[in-house]
This record gives sequence, structure tokens and C-alpha cells, in this order.
Amino acid sequence: MKRILQLLAVLVLVSAGIIWLATDANRGWTKTSVMVKTLDPVTGIEGISYEKKFLPGVDFLGASVVGAGVLAGISLFFRNQKQTQPKTETKP
Amino acid sequence: MKLIHLIPLISLTAAAYAAPETFDFKDPKGVNNAVFKLDAPLESVNGSASGISGTVTFDPANPAATTGKIVVASDSLTVPNPMQKEHLHSAAWLDTAKYPEITFEVKSIANVKTDGDVTTADVTGPFTLHGVTKEITVPVKFTYLKDKLGARVPNLKGDLLVIRANFSINRDDFNIQKGQSEDKVADEIDLNLSIAGACAQ
Repeated sequence: MKRILQLLAVLVLVSAGIIWLATDANRGWTKTSVMVKTLDPVTGIEGISYEKKFLPGVDFLGASVVGAGVLAGISLFFRNQKQTQPKTETKP
Repeated sequence: MKLIHLIPLISLTAAAYAAPETFDFKDPKGVNNAVFKLDAPLESVNGSASGISGTVTFDPANPAATTGKIVVASDSLTVPNPMQKEHLHSAAWLDTAKYPEITFEVKSIANVKTDGDVTTADVTGPFTLHGVTKEITVPVKFTYLKDKLGARVPNLKGDLLVIRANFSINRDDFNIQKGQSEDKVADEIDLNLSIAGACAQ
């Protein structure tokens, strides 16, 4: 169990880092939409609309670190599995 | 044809050129917007509002006589972060349920300069935000686009008036978290208004 929790903690950290890097490494807050500007050719006004897009930010990274820390912390409450070694019989 | 028969025609033509026009700023294309920006430690808070309405009466021959009122629906204010948006609309900040409108009314105009279709002026009037009204002066650029409505809305004839304004206000002046949270969000709010109104004929 200890090993599983520790692996999960690493997995959470690594996957959060990969997702963050893959989505433009946003160093601001997490966004669920992005501003899209379109030019109105008649008036010259830049119209603004929002496109749904998940853009994880530093709070997402922080939450992942906390989550991984919690998993790693819980893993400390479990003991290491004792490895039972087969007794080797010595031949006379 | 007797001269007397031409009088109504001449009067109509003269009225068409001289009369002030009333432009409706409820934009069916949804292009009109007001952008706001507040500095914050991690990144600035950038958002926009799209719920714009109101009317402006503008006379290209006499821009100094411009009157009107622009209304922004408070609940149309949007930021890309859902938690920030929730805070922005909440009773602690804009309280959009209690104060559903942000308004600016034209009271007087000064420093009017016209160059072709473009007029710049300093517009003064009451600005209402968060239930607080304060008189402010805003530098405004009017662009009068004669007969351009059809290019934007097919089968309609008329004129367009584009209004652009960049100005700043302080949230303290409008009792928005007055003197509080300045370490999180700046007191100064930069506003950028880009709107087009239509006058159908």
C-alpha cells in the first residue's frame, strides 16, 4: 500500500506538470475560457468572445503539489512490507 | 412643376442632412464591448462586458450637442477564471444582483475637434457604478459612418456611430471594497469602451 500511494503521488505530480507544460505553461491563475478577439470589418471594433478551454495555472500546480504531498504523507502511516526470504537449507 | 411642390422635398432633404440622429447601441452582432483591467500581483485581472445598450443622439454637423446614455449590464462582466468571476459578481464586490446596471450619461461636451468623420471630445457626465454616482470626464472618439449600416446589417439602410473611450476610475470612489484588498487587486480600473450604434432610416 505504501508503495502504491508513493507511486500515485509521483504520478499526480508528473501528470500535472505535463498537463501544465502542454497547455502553454500559464503562469497566471487557472482559466476555463480564453478571450478570442475578432475584428468587425465595418466598424473596426475588436469584438470579444470567450472560447471554452481549460488552461491550468499556478493554482493547479499548487493543488497538485498539495495532493501529491497528502498522498505521500498518508503513505508514511503504512509500514514497509517485510520481505520474507526463503530459508536456504544448507546441505550437510 | 410649381415651386411650391418642391418645398416639402427641399425640407425633407435639408432635414436629412441637418437633423441629429439617434443611434441605438443594442448590438445584434454582439461586437460592442467594454474591457476592464485591474493590476494584481500574479497577473492582471482582464475581463470584458458585452451587455451594452443605450442611445446617443449625435449631429455630425454639431457634435457638441451630443446627448445620450450608455448602459452596461453588470452581470455581463466576464473574466476567464470562474472563481474570479464569482467574486466579481458577489455582494462583496460589484453586487450585480443589487446593482444590475453601470451607466454613463452625457451631460456636457468640451474640446470638440472634428477631422472628416472623426470627432474627438471630452465628455462629462454622471457615471454610476455599484450604486454610486460620480461625475467624470472621459476623452471620447466618435466615428460617424454614413450609410454604412447596410454593410453590417443586410437589408437595412442607415448610419453607424462608433464610440471609443479609454479612461480609468478608482474602485474606492465607487465603494467597491473601499480601502481593502489593495494587496490583491489594484484600486485603479482601466476601462476601454468600443461600441457601435445604428441609426436606421
